[in-house]
Amino acid sequence: MSSNTTATPTPRIVELRHNILKKNDHLARALRQRFAEAGVFVVNVVSSPGSGKTALLERTLTTLAPKLSLATLVGDLATDNDATRLAKSGTKVKQIETGTLCHLEAEMIGSYLEDWDLTEIDLLVIENVGNLVCPSSYDLGEDSRVAIFSTTEGEDKPLKYPTLINSADVAIISKMDLAEAVEFDRVQMHASLQAMRPDIRIFETSAKTGAGLEDWYDWLEQRVLAKKQHQPNSTTIKEA
Amino acid sequence: MHELSIAQSIVEVAQREAKTRGVQVDAVYVQLGALSGVVKDALLFSYDIATQGTGLEQSQLIIEDIPVSIYCATCQLEHELDGIQSLRCPICNQPSADIRRGKELDIRALELVDATPT
Repeated sequence: MSSNTTATPTPRIVELRHNILKKNDHLARALRQRFAEAGVFVVNVVSSPGSGKTALLERTLTTLAPKLSLATLVGDLATDNDATRLAKSGTKVKQIETGTLCHLEAEMIGSYLEDWDLTEIDLLVIENVGNLVCPSSYDLGEDSRVAIFSTTEGEDKPLKYPTLINSADVAIISKMDLAEAVEFDRVQMHASLQAMRPDIRIFETSAKTGAGLEDWYDWLEQRVLAKKQHQPNSTTIKEA
Repeated sequence: MHELSIAQSIVEVAQREAKTRGVQVDAVYVQLGALSGVVKDALLFSYDIATQGTGLEQSQLIIEDIPVSIYCATCQLEHELDGIQSLRCPICNQPSADIRRGKELDIRALELVDATPT
């Protein structure tokens, strides 16, 4: 085809195939590669504000600290209150203050990891900003996305945030100690979660009484071990 | 409300394309999946803000909604769903996590005009 050099502006359509989140996805892929090489299992924890996310993590970190090397990145719009709470577990904790941004992006994760030696970490917990909408679009290079819903939020909450549930592979129903008081319908809750994500793994927990936490810890430990075993050029696991 | 940063990414891509081709962008065509996590109206609103003071100020954002499609292993068919509240096969009612469409957040095309020399 000869080039058209006439002066009249003719509109034309140029086809593109550009994923708008390509930049984030690209950075997330690089992070995932780094995590795989270092053998770090990474969870991205998402929930609405007040779901009991920090209380659950406080207890999780304190319990697992003697067994695993843990690190946590905590995203919040402002304040480092959550990081201060979690740091009491004696594990590595860093606060990411997002300012006005409603979610964490892969780029932030990368820059906050800079002075940590990933090979010394077994489990990295990323506590996302309390928000059930925006974090669903952003891959942070995690192995597992854990959505927390408290019994007080109502059993139809997952139906209201289908995108988030669909992007998660684990759901934790927190504050089970309040289930009776708020007439929580657990059958309905499980149905809501499975409608959106048929293969979702569900844990029911209470950070107050400790009920159900053993299963959650076991799951984390198993996944940490599995990640180490799949580590490329692993020096700790010798092939038979 | 992460639509503003999404809109800014769209503007960045379109501007880059316009610059390398030496053209002006009249319209940007975007595919938006029902499970993309992006709200159409908020994105349209954000686009107007994101284009202010750029070469795209007069351009239009044209959004094509993409419904969710799942693959049903029982029927061995791909089915389009009416909503996003239940990922079940509309024929046999089996749940399916195999999503084939509906997560799109893509720029598919640009409508260009040759830049008028100033």
